[in-house]
Amino acid sequence: MDQTSLILAIESSCDETSVAVVKNGDIILSNVIATQINSHQRFGGVVPEVASRHHIEQITICIEQSLKQAEISKEELDAVAVTYGPGLVGALLIGVSAAKAFAFANNLPLIPVNHMIGHIYAARFVKPIVFPSLALLVSGGHTELVYMPSENEFKIIGETRDDAAGEAYDKVGRVMGLKYPAGKAIDELAHQGQDTFHFPRAMEREDNFDFSFSGLKSAFINTVHHADQINEELSKEDLAASFQQSVIDVIAAKTVRACEKLEIKQLILAGGVAANRGLRDTLDRELSEKFNNLDFVKAPLELCGDNGAMIGAAGEMLMRHQVFADMTLNADPSLEFDWEPEAIK
Amino acid sequence: MKILAMDTSNVALSVAVLDSEQLLATQTTNIKRNHSKQLMPIISQTLAEAGVALNEIDRIVVAEGPGSYTGLRIAVTTAKTLALTLNIELVGISSLAMLVLNAPQDGLVVPFFDARNGNVFAGIYEKNGEQVVNVMEDQHVSFEELLAKINELGKPVYFVSSQFEQFRKIIEDTLIVVAEHSGNLNSLPSAHALGILGYQKQELENVYTFVPAYLRVTEAERNWKEKHPNDENRESYVRQIN
Repeated sequence: MDQTSLILAIESSCDETSVAVVKNGDIILSNVIATQINSHQRFGGVVPEVASRHHIEQITICIEQSLKQAEISKEELDAVAVTYGPGLVGALLIGVSAAKAFAFANNLPLIPVNHMIGHIYAARFVKPIVFPSLALLVSGGHTELVYMPSENEFKIIGETRDDAAGEAYDKVGRVMGLKYPAGKAIDELAHQGQDTFHFPRAMEREDNFDFSFSGLKSAFINTVHHADQINEELSKEDLAASFQQSVIDVIAAKTVRACEKLEIKQLILAGGVAANRGLRDTLDRELSEKFNNLDFVKAPLELCGDNGAMIGAAGEMLMRHQVFADMTLNADPSLEFDWEPEAIK
Repeated sequence: MKILAMDTSNVALSVAVLDSEQLLATQTTNIKRNHSKQLMPIISQTLAEAGVALNEIDRIVVAEGPGSYTGLRIAVTTAKTLALTLNIELVGISSLAMLVLNAPQDGLVVPFFDARNGNVFAGIYEKNGEQVVNVMEDQHVSFEELLAKINELGKPVYFVSSQFEQFRKIIEDTLIVVAEHSGNLNSLPSAHALGILGYQKQELENVYTFVPAYLRVTEAERNWKEKHPNDENRESYVRQIN
């Protein structure tokens, strides 16, 4: 890389307003995140209108803070990158409107970033992404295997048929009386318990790379309700361990099989649920047992959740591929990668 | 003083560039398209037509609400980001007050937007030339209550609303004062009028804390507050990390 690039990156797709300054796609100069978790905890989940209202309260503060912390003036910037989907439309519109105004006022190119590319590119802060590569994306809204034959090519080869893994964690957490979002608490409880309930492993043996978590969720809820009815006290630790083991077994089995079928150099683990310790450890163990030359890259823990830095990392790659938007850029709440399961055949 | 004024509170979208109170160029659309797609290109075109560069603008004026929540946030986010990065003045003007200058005559003017279920967002204003004084605060109110308030004031009124016909019957049945209304011609928002009011206003907005005047808390928050009457913890709902 002969030239430096400085990107201002804006993320507002769900319940975090974040603005970062990223240098050369892999150096974080600032990554300001205003999280709304405390607000949505009141309602047991993200309320879209409340999220949008918080974003507009925060957006200019985050932009200013981000430039200040990075010690970068707007004149030094090369581009503005912004998440335009997928996500909550009202939330996305705050980032998109701000990014367009900022780019227009400062004569900067505008880079539209798919939020899911952002999650994958959080791995860049660990090491460069090498191709062909496979990404396992696990979050509150997504559970998918994304095959990347070369840079800026994304093909979904498998995804959840119903709930995303993170969604199942939150629903199960609610039944256990845990605060939203429940992923971290369940992960911690799981480490103190045993898989004693043996919940179903959906689609584990099917010859595809899709996931399903709604059957597991129902089995879990039925078990808890049945125990309530007969006044039996179940171990929270064992419940958490059993639920988590079922999720991880299915994800790990499908991921390992995809790695066997595809000639890939790297597997990337990313998305909010990628912070799950059980999942990280299991994949570490299974992949090192089965593969000699597969580089397993986990997104850094602090960058698994939504943040602007990952959008800047993806934005730098897109800028090199001349992916720019004009001032008509709109939010696209249901943006997704192409579905190409045949890519693996 | 060069002013850029913008409104996306409802279906119409209006942008104007003014030199103080004098209009240089304006564009208004009234098609149900996406304001997010349209706003920046129309700002760019209007500036070009006015022959004014963005960095010559001294003040941004935005219609702050009430109106469609998503619509309001598009113009308010655009306005506060432009004001921040250009380091210029930001002024918010009521989306209802903006409509008062549409009235062809002086006196009491009542702009309103339909808010469903017999409710409206409305305010009552006294218009005197290009001066606008608020008489009843902008609020979310049942139409019946609004009419009772107008009857109480006992003076002729001029309604400004593109949804007048929906309410014609109840107005004719209830109102005891003389009423006229804007019809098709005078019911659309004008960013020129917005710019004039924005030019007159002394009070500037803070580019960091400025938010739309929604005039309604969200349903989720309303329900939550009913169950938790003592919680006044709003500041800590959003926490900055890093």
